[in-house]
Amino acid sequence: MTLLLTTIARASVNCVQKRIGAAGRAFSSSSSSIEHFNSGSDSDYDASVQPPTRLPITWFTEDEEMIRYAVRQWSTQELKPIVREMDDEGCLRPNILQDLFDNGFMGMEIPEEYGGSELSFTSACLVVEEISRVDPSVAVLVDIHNTLTINALRFWGSAELQQQWLPRLATDTVSSFALSEAGAGSDAFAMKTTATPSPDGSYYTINGTKLWISNSKEAGVFLLFANINPSLGYKGITAFVVDANSEGLTVGRPERKLGLRASSTCPVVLDNVRVEASNVLGEVGQGYKYCINILNEGRIGIAAQQIGIAKGCLYDIAMPYLQERQQFGRAIGDFQGMQHQYAQIATELHAAELMTYNACRLKETNSSSFVKEASMVKLYAAQVAERTASKTIEWLGGIGFTQDLLAEKFYRDCKVGSIYEGTSNIQLQTIAKLLQAEYKQ
Amino acid sequence: MCQRITQDTAKRRNPKRSASAMRVLVGVKRVVDYAVKVRVQNNTVDLANIKMSLNPFCEIAVEEAVRLKEAKTADEVVAVSVGPKQCSETIRTALAMGCDRGIHIQTDLRTDYMELQPFSIAQLFQKVVEQEGSELVLLGKQGIDSDCGQTGPMLAGLLGWPQVTFAASLSAADGGITVERETDSGTETIKVPKLPAVVTCDLRLNEPRYATLPNIMKAKKKKVDTIAAEDLGLDLSPRNDVLEVFEPPPRAAGIIVDDVDSLVDKLRNEAGAIP
Repeated sequence: MTLLLTTIARASVNCVQKRIGAAGRAFSSSSSSIEHFNSGSDSDYDASVQPPTRLPITWFTEDEEMIRYAVRQWSTQELKPIVREMDDEGCLRPNILQDLFDNGFMGMEIPEEYGGSELSFTSACLVVEEISRVDPSVAVLVDIHNTLTINALRFWGSAELQQQWLPRLATDTVSSFALSEAGAGSDAFAMKTTATPSPDGSYYTINGTKLWISNSKEAGVFLLFANINPSLGYKGITAFVVDANSEGLTVGRPERKLGLRASSTCPVVLDNVRVEASNVLGEVGQGYKYCINILNEGRIGIAAQQIGIAKGCLYDIAMPYLQERQQFGRAIGDFQGMQHQYAQIATELHAAELMTYNACRLKETNSSSFVKEASMVKLYAAQVAERTASKTIEWLGGIGFTQDLLAEKFYRDCKVGSIYEGTSNIQLQTIAKLLQAEYKQ
Repeated sequence: MCQRITQDTAKRRNPKRSASAMRVLVGVKRVVDYAVKVRVQNNTVDLANIKMSLNPFCEIAVEEAVRLKEAKTADEVVAVSVGPKQCSETIRTALAMGCDRGIHIQTDLRTDYMELQPFSIAQLFQKVVEQEGSELVLLGKQGIDSDCGQTGPMLAGLLGWPQVTFAASLSAADGGITVERETDSGTETIKVPKLPAVVTCDLRLNEPRYATLPNIMKAKKKKVDTIAAEDLGLDLSPRNDVLEVFEPPPRAAGIIVDDVDSLVDKLRNEAGAIP
């Protein structure tokens, strides 16, 4: 009982402090006594430190606004005209990939010394959102490249690996995250791909087949997870940086998908692929930890993608159409039935957007206590995107059901939001576990 | 007279400079974004919470200046903007595209003709140009807010420099420039044998580059000097009074006529379009 009360008290103190700047300092002395009860599990928030900015979450910095504007210019002028063709063809145009590198969208958080832009995680999510508002397939490539593989390399890669790969990832090499297999989706640790160490330990031989691997057709390098000793269970899982040109590595035929059709999703077959020990990311046997940790933040990027989809539907397609389309002598956006619907959707979109950027800020300031929020945001943003896309088609009527407009593409694209990078059921599980842990006696 | 002073100033400033590499100054105006639908309120355009951005013709001027620099024809490119505090973003965009440094003439007076008008802007620019010792001034042909197209020619007049407007192509050689200019009756090729000169840029001159993310961040480190407009000792009051600002009447529906005779009849007698 006592624990319950203090947890609530601390949570509300934190909230209040974040909102009432100067006055918050007055709370710091009282909160420090409450903090004694903190088991230290989920918050590094130091109440005695100057509270963070009191600005609204939606007020971004000048840098972030400039970045958003620059991406929007490019995506509306260069990407939008070919979105439909890329979806029909089921692949990305090479000039788009080149533009992504040239514009600096591919090395966003990489330090300047390696050719990156040294931007914040929030900026990277803004870029993903803006691109997604035009084409979620291109956005997912940018998201996986930046938030999964590049960040994993930055956090756990040796200096040599970083030196070798980061400059290339910033300028000309696409990367891919090879985790899933036929028998290992949500149960990622059930993977069967093995990495047998050589007798002297100087290299590993990887055998297995990865499935559902995004970016695999374009990738020059994979962050690949394999087990160096299956008898150890998940504690044998190790992360490897594998050159796509490695002998024995084959990227299979892309899946024909419902949505995100321009994003390549292929099997990756490894037949006695030799990988030097120096290409192990971090420590042997810690791969399971790295993959969980990196997916925790990667999913905020996916939430940004889903927000982009929702905005692309509501703001760019639905709202203009509702003012223009006339039936029964008036714009259909004037009918109360419609108004109530788009008001509801706009409200949910707003909430999802705030959650996403709040999670970004949490991750930037505090490396441990954003996991629950990241799961919540991915869960919710995917749901909001699906509702928004679905409603948009309804509001558009007959034309929404045709390929004349991009609404039907967004509808198909958004469905995977509740599936990849952690299914919605897994998110719910994660949220429940973390929430429950705060209350367990 | 003006010409000699500016060129001497330039030589005194940097005697080791290559004789052929010129100092370029580009005007960058902060205007209502081209995609925004403006509203008229209180006999003026309502600018509250409106999205503002770099004037598209100024963007073309910046691109041309940066290309001159990349071709080593230009030595240094300075971006100049007149307007409120937020012009720093406009200058930063120009810096991100490749300009070397910026000058912000700060004023809260409206630059869309309501308060500051082309003559005053030209006078402000004249001060900066003389101070900088610029040899080539590139401006957009007009601001998309006021659509005057006057600042370039007025500046050239004040400086006593040759001017070429509506440039569709520009090449530099032997201390001078050759400019193709587009007019309604065709394209003219104008040779300016010796700089300095003022050139205003038109749509077909080039396609501006996108500011890349790394360059946007690097632009923060480039130098921007801020001068208060009032400190330049000029009378900035408008020469012309704006009497009224109104939205154009909504387009009336067209009518379909049955034959050529009724078309001619309507054109002559109703529209007054033919005598």
